Order: sequence, then structure tokens, then C-alpha cells
Amino acid sequence: MAIAIRCQGLYKRYDGDVCAVDGLDLEVYAGECFGLLGPNGAGKTTTIEILEGLREATAGTVEILGRRWGRHGRALREALGISLQETKLPDKLTVREVLRLFRSFYARGADVEAVLARIELTEKADTWVSKLSGGQRQRLAVACALVGDPELLFLDEPTTGLDPQSRRQLWDIIRGFKEGGGTVLLTTHYMDEAERLCDRVAIVDGGRVIALGTPAELIATLGGEHIVEFDVEAGGDEPLDPALLARVRSVSGARRENGGWRLQVREPHAALPELIAHLQAAGRRLARLTIRHASLEDVFVTLTGRRLRDG
Amino acid sequence: MGRRRAFGHLLLWRLAEFRREPEVIFWVFVFPLLLAIGLGIAFRDGAPAKLPVAVIEGAGAAEMAAALAAAPELACEIMEPGQAARALRLGKVVLLAEPSDPVTYRFDPSRPESLLARAAADAALQRAAGRRDPVAVRDEAVSEPGGRYIDFLIPGLLGMNLMGGGMWGVGYVIVEMRIRMLLKRLMATPMRRSDFLLAIVASRLIFMLAETAVLLCCGRELFDVRIQGSVAAILCVGLLGSLCFSGLGLLTASRARKIETISGLVNLVMLPMYVLSGVFFSAERFPAAVQPFIQALPLTALNDALRAVILEGATLASQWHELCIMGAWGGIAFALALRWFRWS
Repeated sequence: MAIAIRCQGLYKRYDGDVCAVDGLDLEVYAGECFGLLGPNGAGKTTTIEILEGLREATAGTVEILGRRWGRHGRALREALGISLQETKLPDKLTVREVLRLFRSFYARGADVEAVLARIELTEKADTWVSKLSGGQRQRLAVACALVGDPELLFLDEPTTGLDPQSRRQLWDIIRGFKEGGGTVLLTTHYMDEAERLCDRVAIVDGGRVIALGTPAELIATLGGEHIVEFDVEAGGDEPLDPALLARVRSVSGARRENGGWRLQVREPHAALPELIAHLQAAGRRLARLTIRHASLEDVFVTLTGRRLRDG
Repeated sequence: MGRRRAFGHLLLWRLAEFRREPEVIFWVFVFPLLLAIGLGIAFRDGAPAKLPVAVIEGAGAAEMAAALAAAPELACEIMEPGQAARALRLGKVVLLAEPSDPVTYRFDPSRPESLLARAAADAALQRAAGRRDPVAVRDEAVSEPGGRYIDFLIPGLLGMNLMGGGMWGVGYVIVEMRIRMLLKRLMATPMRRSDFLLAIVASRLIFMLAETAVLLCCGRELFDVRIQGSVAAILCVGLLGSLCFSGLGLLTASRARKIETISGLVNLVMLPMYVLSGVFFSAERFPAAVQPFIQALPLTALNDALRAVILEGATLASQWHELCIMGAWGGIAFALALRWFRWS
């Protein structure tokens, strides 16, 4: 499979000794949607901006579409579409004017009206950017990345702060681009976004990749696709023993969380009766019990002991 | 073709943002006109005010006042001695005349008005006493357009405007783009940096044409400020001035990352020139020791050259010294700005 992005041994150290990226390796295949998932401050933006050629790495090699920044900078720019984490596009230009402006930078590219239709902003084409909603602005930002008809699309937190409907609209745009043969690298701290949108995900923490695979593969590493969470009422003779809980049939891991318990379970129908019997034997009464499918969030929690949103 | 298209779109962008910003239109076009109108009224040339003179009460005061009334430049009033002394001290009158023998004039010789009043009063009294002047003289009053304060002011305001336009219109605009991450976003496209900078400078030149036309036309219509020089020469001076201050604007913006920083820097550059460079009054009024410094300032050069070509019809060639000063400032500023410029 052709490789669209390859970076090896990427380091980025800022003044003051903060190591934002700490030995990061990555390979993104052509035609896939690849997600960098991690909490704020994990080094996602620094990484993507190095790959975009907007920052210099302290060390490491970067190859984009088989080319290097520096020597092939201009040619690469023609082939990339980039949406930064926070760009405020010109307020006093209309949507169409902004797209025409960005289109004019590329030697060849997409038709502005076609892009307008694709991001469903044709009706707003003559509206000033300052009058757009957050979701519309974000779609326009992505459209500015699409208007050069890129092979490779970089999106840094494309849906942060958007309402659910705007997020879904953006996901459709990204899927459409991928179906047209394009490659996408996006960063996000939303696990559902990574699960639904990305073919493969790299979980990033502390400037390095701590897990890599398809969302399903990553969840499978938990050893159980279900998560059982429960609380017991206060009191009782002795605290529950995590080692005992982990020995319950079909349970592959147990940990305390927020005063309750969180079990990774392969087959809830097998585990639950045994769990309840175990609690009764220990003289504890259930205060709450929920069962849900495991998510990438659980993978992150299992790997780091922290939640994604905690940063 | 692609290259020119990008430049064209960048230029259209600058022009659209300018057109769609009512505050900018006010500061660029309306404000200097309001200044010109206000100052033009304050310093209009009418009949000169009469010089107030006090005659001290006593024998012969009424006769003396009558004699002084014959002098058209004096306005005299009879006062008792204490009141007269206070009026002189407060500057309400510029001269005290006492009908003693000999006649006594009391005044501050360092005040030009007092000296004028003394001369006029003395001539009036001597004539009233029967002096005959041996030489016949005739006065001819002159108030030609070209020599009035408003004539001095309009080119100064134009220079000031071109400075403000370059500093704010380039410096502030670029820093705002940097803060909005727009510069960085543009860097993520294949856009040529030279196209971007040229478009900003070109937009300044277009505004320069508009600013010059509006100010000079209004000056002519409202105040009869006559343009002696050629339009081409005026535009050349304006063009060079505009380029020079665009360069300085770019230099101040080259590294600033905050609005406060760029506002402070722009004011730091402009305020001394507002005062020193002969916008509202002649730069010649400052002491000789600082003149070399003042004459080397770009706004002084721009104002001097504008006044020379607009008011005196001077040729461009005669202004080579001023043009060189502006060219040097602009060239050095652009060179440093391009070296230090931070795109992200």
C-alpha cells in the first residue's frame, strides 16, 4: 500500500525544555483516514504542524507523498489541503470571495461553486464570514483546504466546539473526500469522532504514540468489548478486592474509578450473575450498574489511567 | 497566469476590507477634512485684531485717547492707574500711555505686540501734536492664496495622512492577520509571499491616490487652496511617501504578536513626527541644534516636498534631497522587515 505520510523519530523541544513531541513514528497509508487521538497538550497540534511543514522538528525525518519539506516545499503545498486549529478567516469577505481567494493560490484546483455545494454553503455564498455560525465557519475552513483539490488533507481538531449536527455535516464532508480517493490526517480529542471517522487511530500521549491500530483492534486490546460500571452502597465489612473482582468469569480487568468500579468484560451475561453473587457474599448492595460497549476512551484510560478530557 | 490571478485576488481582498469598514473611511477621509475645517476656521485670515492700549486717568487723558483713536491699529481705553497696571500684567492691554510730561509708555519690550503698539501710539501722538512726515507713504494690504495658514496646513495634513495610512494600513493589518492565524493559514497554501506583500503595498498606493485627490480637491473647493505644481509631481511625491511609510509599517509589524505591541510601536514612530515634522506648524520653529535630526525624518521630507510641489510649483528634481531621504527610510525599512518578518 502506498504511504502518504511517514515520519520517524520526530522530536520537538521548545525553549524552556518542554518536549512537545518525544520520538514519534507514524505511517499513514494513501486513501485512509488516520486519526491522532489524544488529550489537549499531548503534542497532536505540534506533530501535525511539523507534518504540514509549518514548524521545524528538533529532530526526525518527515516524508509527505514521498517528498521532503524544504526541497519540494512549493510542489507539496499544491498537493496539500490544510485546516489549522484556529484560523479566523477574513470577516469582511463573503464566503465565495474567501474561496476564490484561496483558489487563486493553487495552479490547479476544484471549482469554487462545486466546493460551495459540497460544503452546503451555496445559500450563504454572498454572506460575510462574520455573519456565519460556528459550524458554517468551520465548514468554510475545511472548504479552503479542499479548494486546491488536494491529495492529502490535514485537519487539526476540525469539530472542536461544534454542535452535534455541525459535527455530523463535517464528518460527511470528510468521508466524501476520502471516497474520492483522498487521504486524511486529523487530530481530535473526541473518541467518537475517531471511532466513526478513522480507519486507523494513533493514540498520542506525552508526545509519543502509545497505541496504534483500527478502532476495533484497539478496543479488542482491552480483552473485553463491554464495560460494566457499578457502585456499591456505603458500609459493609471490608473493601472490595480488585483481584477478586478480576477473577469473576469473563472479566479481563477491574479498576476503581470515581468511587465506583469499572470492569472490562467479554460476555456480560456470563459475568453479571457471578458478580452479583460475589457482592451478596461480601454483604454489599448494588447502588448502580451500567453496561456499555467499550470505546477508545476506555483504551486511553486503561493505558494512561487518565481520561481524555482531563488533559 | 496563476501568479497574476493570486495577486489580483489578494488586492481585491484588501480593497474590499477597506471599503467595508466604515470607521476606516472616517479616519482616512473625513477626519483630515474635519481637522482642516476646524483649523482653517481657527486660524483664518481676517482683519487683524486691534492692539489694546490703556491711557492712564489724569489731566490730558481724554485728549490723548482721542489722538490715539486716530490710529486704526489701536483700541484705547482710559483706566485709573491701579486698574491699568493690572490690565497690563494680565495681558489685557499691551501698552500703558500716561499723559505726563514727558509722555510715558509702559510696556514689556519682549512682546512684539507691545512694540507695535508703542510705535503706532507714538506716531499718532506726534502727528496729533503737529508733526508732518517728510516722506509720503502708501500701504498695500496683501492676502494672496498660497501664503495663508490653510495653504500651509493642507499639504501637512496630506503628509500626516499618508504616514498614518502606511503605519496603520500595513502595520496594524498585518499584525491582526498574524493574531488571527491568517498569516499562518496563508503560509499553508502555495501562495507566494511576494504576492501577498505586493498586494498590501499596492492597496496602499491606491488609497494614497484617493486620499490625495479628496484632500486636495476639498482644499481647493472649500478654502481656495491653489495647486501650483503638476499633478504628476504631486503623485510621485505621494507615491514615494506612501511606499516609505508602508515599509516602516511593515517593519513595525515584522515581529509583533499583540495588538497592544503594534499600537504602541506605531504611536512611538508617529507621535514625534506629528510634533516635529511640520504638520501643523513649521519645523523651522525648533532650535537649530535639533534641525539636522528633524530634517532627516521621513515625514519632514514628505511635508517639505509636498508643500514645495503643491504650493510653489517646484519640480521633482528640485526636491531630490527630500526624495532621497524618503527613499532611504523606505528602502532600509523594507530590507529589515523582510529579514525579520515572522509569518506565523
